[in-house]
Amino acid sequence: MISQDILVVGGGLAGLAAALSSDPQLKVAVISKVHPLRSHSVAAQGGINAALGNTPDGRDDSWESHAFDTIKGSDYLADQDVAELMCEKAITAIYELEHLGVPFSRFPGGVIAQRPFGGAGFPRTCYAADRTGLVILHTLFEQSIKKQVRFYNEWLVTRLVVRDGKCLGVVVYDLTKGEIMPVKARSVIFATGGYGRVYQRTTNAYINHGSGIGIAYRGGVPLKDMEFVQFHPTSLYGKNILITEGARGEGGYLVNNKGERFMADYAPSAMELAPRDIVARAIQTEIDKGNGFEGQCLHLDLRHLGEAKIKKRLPGIREICIDFAGLDPVETPIPIQPAQHYSMGGIDVDKKCASCVEGFYAAGECACMSIHGANRLGGNSLLDTVVFGRIAGEEASNYVKECEETGDSEKILLDEALKVKRRVEEWMNKDSGEKVHKLLIRLKAIMSDKVGIFREKRDLTEALERIRALREDYKRVNISGSCLRYSQEIVNIFEFESMLDLTEVITLGALNREETRGSHFRLDFRKRNDRDWLKHTLVTWKEGEPQVSYKGVTINKYKPVERKY
Amino acid sequence: MEYIFRIMRYDPLKDMYPFFQDFIYQTQEKKSVLEALMDIRNEQDCTLSFRYSCREAICGSCAMVINGKFDLACRTELEMFESSLIVIEPLPNLEIQKDLLVDMEPFFEAMSKIEPYIQTEGGLSEEGYRIEEKEMEKIFQYINCIMCGCCYSACPVASRDERYLGPAALAKLYRFVKDPRDKRPFSNWSRVNTEGGVWGCDTIFKCNEVCPKNVRPADGIEALRRKLVVEKVKRIFRFKR
Ligand SMILES: Cc1cc2nc3c(=O)[nH]c(=O)nc-3n(C[C@H](O)[C@H](O)[C@H](O)COP(=O)(O)OP(=O)(O)OC[C@H]3O[C@@H](n4cnc5c(N)ncnc54)[C@H](O)[C@@H]3O)c2cc1C
Repeated sequence: MISQDILVVGGGLAGLAAALSSDPQLKVAVISKVHPLRSHSVAAQGGINAALGNTPDGRDDSWESHAFDTIKGSDYLADQDVAELMCEKAITAIYELEHLGVPFSRFPGGVIAQRPFGGAGFPRTCYAADRTGLVILHTLFEQSIKKQVRFYNEWLVTRLVVRDGKCLGVVVYDLTKGEIMPVKARSVIFATGGYGRVYQRTTNAYINHGSGIGIAYRGGVPLKDMEFVQFHPTSLYGKNILITEGARGEGGYLVNNKGERFMADYAPSAMELAPRDIVARAIQTEIDKGNGFEGQCLHLDLRHLGEAKIKKRLPGIREICIDFAGLDPVETPIPIQPAQHYSMGGIDVDKKCASCVEGFYAAGECACMSIHGANRLGGNSLLDTVVFGRIAGEEASNYVKECEETGDSEKILLDEALKVKRRVEEWMNKDSGEKVHKLLIRLKAIMSDKVGIFREKRDLTEALERIRALREDYKRVNISGSCLRYSQEIVNIFEFESMLDLTEVITLGALNREETRGSHFRLDFRKRNDRDWLKHTLVTWKEGEPQVSYKGVTINKYKPVERKY
Repeated sequence: MEYIFRIMRYDPLKDMYPFFQDFIYQTQEKKSVLEALMDIRNEQDCTLSFRYSCREAICGSCAMVINGKFDLACRTELEMFESSLIVIEPLPNLEIQKDLLVDMEPFFEAMSKIEPYIQTEGGLSEEGYRIEEKEMEKIFQYINCIMCGCCYSACPVASRDERYLGPAALAKLYRFVKDPRDKRPFSNWSRVNTEGGVWGCDTIFKCNEVCPKNVRPADGIEALRRKLVVEKVKRIFRFKR
């Protein structure tokens, strides 16, 4: 049986950061369902935040103001100690990335360039043109070649094995061989990313099914604040490929079909650079009022920036527009609409990335500690992945050096793997049944129609019922092929179960939370209600059902006040 | 619209040879080749295997040969084609693992040989580096590489000579040699002063032609050649003096 000291699941930024910071004396491996460079982190565009103060009007920036902006942006749901920890570590984190080879764009004088981003008091988003995710992920991958990190690519983790509150390892489906098998690990770090694909419109990769979050949930770890789902204001109309906030940071305008910069009505001082929840709602409201184009989208106009600036600062956006919409933003405004983008909620962990299960850690988008609260600021997620990925690796290393082995873990792991194998056989042995891609289409429709940007009780209740009905249909799912190697259908069937769990938890949390906060907007409760709801939602899988509980928010310096931009 | 997708199929554990299978595909919407392949897999044959992830031409998963052209399936729109027959093959010169999925190991193996990571001098400074944008711009062309493997697969030299590192790895090396932070010694990077390295290139520029991200790897190879010659001359000159 393969056995590791630390097993990192996920080859995106958080996963690679964790593997690189794990103690080199220990046996460390990374499992990923795709080659690490194919992880969704590679698609990040706009940049990564740190209070370097490199712009002339950013000289007074400090990590404290970064922390304040993050907390205010979160609509005061962030745990303030964790947000502070991240922002304090941000500056060194950027210089470390630079030292490892990240080719950041520069300002005259040679310092790292920074651009304004939504909800930030100073321009503090560091970038490499609009390919920041690509260069950081490739750089960390280069470092893993240097450090000879062990990778198991195209392996899907299907189960977390926990006994008596302690993590023993995982069960994987190895796509390359078509086998189900256990992997023993003294510590497991999940860095499995987000779940965007439970929505019809999302900026996320096709592979972002969120199974890691679901697997942790079934392993007994609570999920936190899952009802907070970020919708990005500007995705390319139709394909929903992201058009970075950096486009507005560089000076782009949002315009409705009357030619108005309508943000003046919604956030008169921040305008286009208000936080995402506010801009996304403004855009959707304009579309709903009939001020859209084709009734579906608005325009992001970059033309006034000029060809030179667009080509230099936003070459990737230009390429996306040309390749996927057949238009050049130098000459034509970009048609945009909001789309699901990021998961503020996730696996419940503390600021050491540790969960309630001994030896089990989580970092990156799949985790919730909570930094982003009810709304994440652009440029804070890449930062989150590198800062907390690293902490996860360090903390897991400390844990492994002290923990004791569980004697009979191999037998338990083999039994679990056998159970998983039986399930696959069951799917294969059915001659007819439900097709998983059809179930997925239905699930996405429910989430988009009923659990989107604007929510209300009736819709949420109905969504919950329909998700639960889908669970019954899922029991009849079958596979039509007989080949176990590289079966995307097997992957999809495994992951769909997690998608059912996640959508149920999101919807349940949203239904219970009778207030409006950050990305969670209730048409029937339009105000934030700190008296009753300044708390984190926790949902735990117990005896086959989700159980809801709540936990207080850590507030130290910043008293919750109304958010105005 | 109705299309015929003629897709190369092969499962090395079952089939003697690769073969083509036709699928009829109908759609009213604008679709990319990748979306069409996913529909075909979902609706017609769930055993059809291919790689994909980001669907926005940045992750490098879905490189294949589409009607004879190397490209990413996600950024190839069906409406670009004049005929309704669409022939899809896996990247050539790499072993087929299943259907359109090939073994990328030789590509990554070649990449790791050039020591593809920055080699700085000194530790982390608290203030960061000072590098002018125009210095960085020299490497921006090369950092656009998404490691899709199109250039390696299309390169006639890589296909006949196992030793040849291929366009992407050599261009990557140039990216580091040009980086002001990288202080790798001449003895390190001049290891490509061989037939398996920069002199292997036939200057047919197939790599420049097939690269979906306009990296133009051959520019990097040529620049490395020039730099090698210049360094050598410098060395001889120094020796004579
Ligand atoms: C288009 C786009 C642009 C963005 N731009 C920015 C930006 O400019 N700035 C910013 O701060 N943030 C940005 N974000 C957000 C940010 O990129 C992500 O939140 C972040 O990259 C997530 O990194 P991660 O390492 O947590 O997960 P990912 O990069 O998604 O990696 C997840 C990994 O887990 C693996 N995996 C998942 N499930 C399993 C399983 N069951 N078994 C095995 N492996 C599994 C996957 O293979 C993958 O390797 C952007 C997001 C999107 C969608």
